[in-house]
Amino acid sequence: MTDPPRFEMRGIRKAFGATVALDGVGLAVRAGEVCALVGPNGAGKSTLMGVLSGALVPDGGTMALDGSAYRPRDPLAARRAGVAMIHQELSLAPHLSVTDNVVLGLEPARFGVVRRAEARDRATQALGRLGHADIDPAAAVGALPPAAQQLVEIARAFAVGCRVLVLDEPTSSLGREDARRLFELVRRLRADGQAVVYISHFLEEVKEVADRFVVLRDGRNVGEGRTEAASHDDIVSMMIGRRVGEMYPRGQRTPGDVVLDVEDLGPGGVRFALRRGEVLGIAGLVGAGRTRLLRTLFGLEPVRAGRVRLGVHAGAFPPSARWEQGMGLVSEDRKGEGLAASLGVADNLTLSRLDGLGPGPIVLPSRRDAAARRWIDRLDVRCRGPRQPVSELSGGNQQKVALARLLHHDVDVMLLDEPTRGIDVGSKAQVYELVDALVAGGEGRAPRAVLLVSSDFPELLGVCDRIAVMCRGRLGAARPVSELDEHRLVLEAAGGAA
Amino acid sequence: MRTGELLARGGPLVGLVLVCVVFVFLVGPQFLGPANLELIARQTAIVCTAALGMTLVIVAAGIDLSVGSIVSLSTVVIAIVLRHAGGPGLAALAAIASAAGCGLVTGVLVTRLKVVPFIVTLGMMLLVRGAAKGLADERRLEAPITWLNDLLRTASAALVPLGVWMMAALALVVAGILRYTRFGRHLFAIGSNERTARLCGVRVERTKVAVYALSAALAGLAGVLQFSKLSVGDPTVAVGLELDVIAAVIIGGGSLSGGKGTALGTVLGATIMAVIQIGCSQRGLPNWVQQIVTGGIIVAAVALDRWRLRAGAGERAA
Repeated sequence: MTDPPRFEMRGIRKAFGATVALDGVGLAVRAGEVCALVGPNGAGKSTLMGVLSGALVPDGGTMALDGSAYRPRDPLAARRAGVAMIHQELSLAPHLSVTDNVVLGLEPARFGVVRRAEARDRATQALGRLGHADIDPAAAVGALPPAAQQLVEIARAFAVGCRVLVLDEPTSSLGREDARRLFELVRRLRADGQAVVYISHFLEEVKEVADRFVVLRDGRNVGEGRTEAASHDDIVSMMIGRRVGEMYPRGQRTPGDVVLDVEDLGPGGVRFALRRGEVLGIAGLVGAGRTRLLRTLFGLEPVRAGRVRLGVHAGAFPPSARWEQGMGLVSEDRKGEGLAASLGVADNLTLSRLDGLGPGPIVLPSRRDAAARRWIDRLDVRCRGPRQPVSELSGGNQQKVALARLLHHDVDVMLLDEPTRGIDVGSKAQVYELVDALVAGGEGRAPRAVLLVSSDFPELLGVCDRIAVMCRGRLGAARPVSELDEHRLVLEAAGGAA
Repeated sequence: MRTGELLARGGPLVGLVLVCVVFVFLVGPQFLGPANLELIARQTAIVCTAALGMTLVIVAAGIDLSVGSIVSLSTVVIAIVLRHAGGPGLAALAAIASAAGCGLVTGVLVTRLKVVPFIVTLGMMLLVRGAAKGLADERRLEAPITWLNDLLRTASAALVPLGVWMMAALALVVAGILRYTRFGRHLFAIGSNERTARLCGVRVERTKVAVYALSAALAGLAGVLQFSKLSVGDPTVAVGLELDVIAAVIIGGGSLSGGKGTALGTVLGATIMAVIQIGCSQRGLPNWVQQIVTGGIIVAAVALDRWRLRAGAGERAA
């Protein structure tokens, strides 16, 4: 225990303009140790790793590598010093061969002519160390599956003698089997004496591969520990600053009359009834037809068969009519459909309902901004003001803007498609709180009805009153959450016994 | 961000001041004398009127290449109506209505066929030009002199010609539409993200048809001004005018990918082009110099815009 850690960062500070991204953060990892770095989006994980890998210059703090001062000027210097970062989005040249990619930038050459045999040897050697000598060094990288591409990138790190390896969300583009093999590789690297920093949103993974975890929140260290001694609950409450039990609040909910009645809606003959004052969840796998169902209800896709009744309105209507009838949709595709990225917060928020913001067809910017400000405050949207383009907001805040649109329009029936996908834990908790408040009613407002599509089953179980499972376009019967658990949902979503 | 925002809003104005200063040096202080200012305003009117309509289209991420052809069609329609003893008011209305009709066709084709507007309006450019030539029997049509010919003639009492006043009023109207109306907000939404607009209940197709018709009507009005200058109906006039019009919008801060553009910017953009044209000819610089300078300004305007976007994105990384 007297050896210095493989690398140590102390009191790292980094600010971007007025935003303090890192406020005295420390991180140390020993050789032969896997340390998970966790925290909500915007906690400063990427910034910290940017500093470590030479992409960012810190405003303050010290770094040491194997006991001696370490101050990379740029990513290449960091790479030469043995610090390699594998990004979520791989940085490979798809048309080049595996060998060319592995030695890229550091080709063995004499008089500018690449020594091909030596390059190939290096590539084979590096792949061999990873236990993947099966990858053909002559293959074009673009033709390889994602998992193999990732290996090539890791091999590139090894070809220059890496001592510290940073993996940023490495399983996000991998299937289950490939992820398992990656974990094996990480263990192998640990045995090999590497220091590995593992960034992930998935706490199961963290528990599986990491020895230790360090939690960041708002640019500070807020906790750490050994993974075997900590429960999910412990880690999550450090990340969000409160207990998990409080993630899913449940106010007084009293289901009222049916507001949305669907019968034999094609394809798949979907039928269900949604009541005021309840959250009805639709579970299922990606591609089960859940998004299509919501879009059909909202008039973005044609109704091919069956009946839809929304309040007193029976039949199919375009989105403009749906809004007027009191129905709103939050799209799963936030960037592509949900928000107009280049427009301001207020423009996005008020787009569906511009009347009442001035006389006749007039929209007064001051009234529009005032209307938006109300929801910005209510939902705690972090932005500079109502005119800031939404593209500049974090994912969680963007999602709040998309949700606020439904509140501004004051709809009764809310169709929410993956409303918490890709947003940080703190924003998730706020979304859950909001949904609960909306179906509970109060503030002189009748309870609303929420139809919630999500692939996050614990979330469904926490938020919904009833859940129906969709599988290959068919929707099962809705049952109260008390009769369901995650295991059942997974089973039924995969088409197992009902 | 503050400097970025200033550049975004003030960029075209800074550009206009710069070119004016340059030509004051090259030509002399009389370059900014009242007579010359009036000349500049008059020169700006035709391109600017059409460009105000184009601004609406470009904000909605569209484009209209048929503007030049519509201008020539308008001059022909006016000449025909005047020759058949119609009044000048009726002639101008007929020209604007036929132009709006062309825009209506464009709008319907763009929304029904779901073909990109570049292609549809490229077709319309030839189609309308052909129609104008057919109507005029491939000749220039002489027409009786009426008050229409005075629209761009200096009226001693009114400071600048009536046509320039019309253009200024129009600029205010277009600025108001973009800034203060539901229609304007819908145009920005469609230009920024059409799918979002549809999701939010904007009647995208209807709005697009309306904007092409409106823009074409303004091109028709530009045609009225063009006729005033020519005093004949000419089916071969204004070839390539659409490029000047688009350039004015771009220099004024519009973006061809939609969601951006202002009426004031467009007026400044059109004025910058007129200043360069007049300045070069008064300095005795040949036409090719003028073209190189205008081309340089277009590229510089777009480069500045890109640079500003990147600067913004850099701060966003925080």
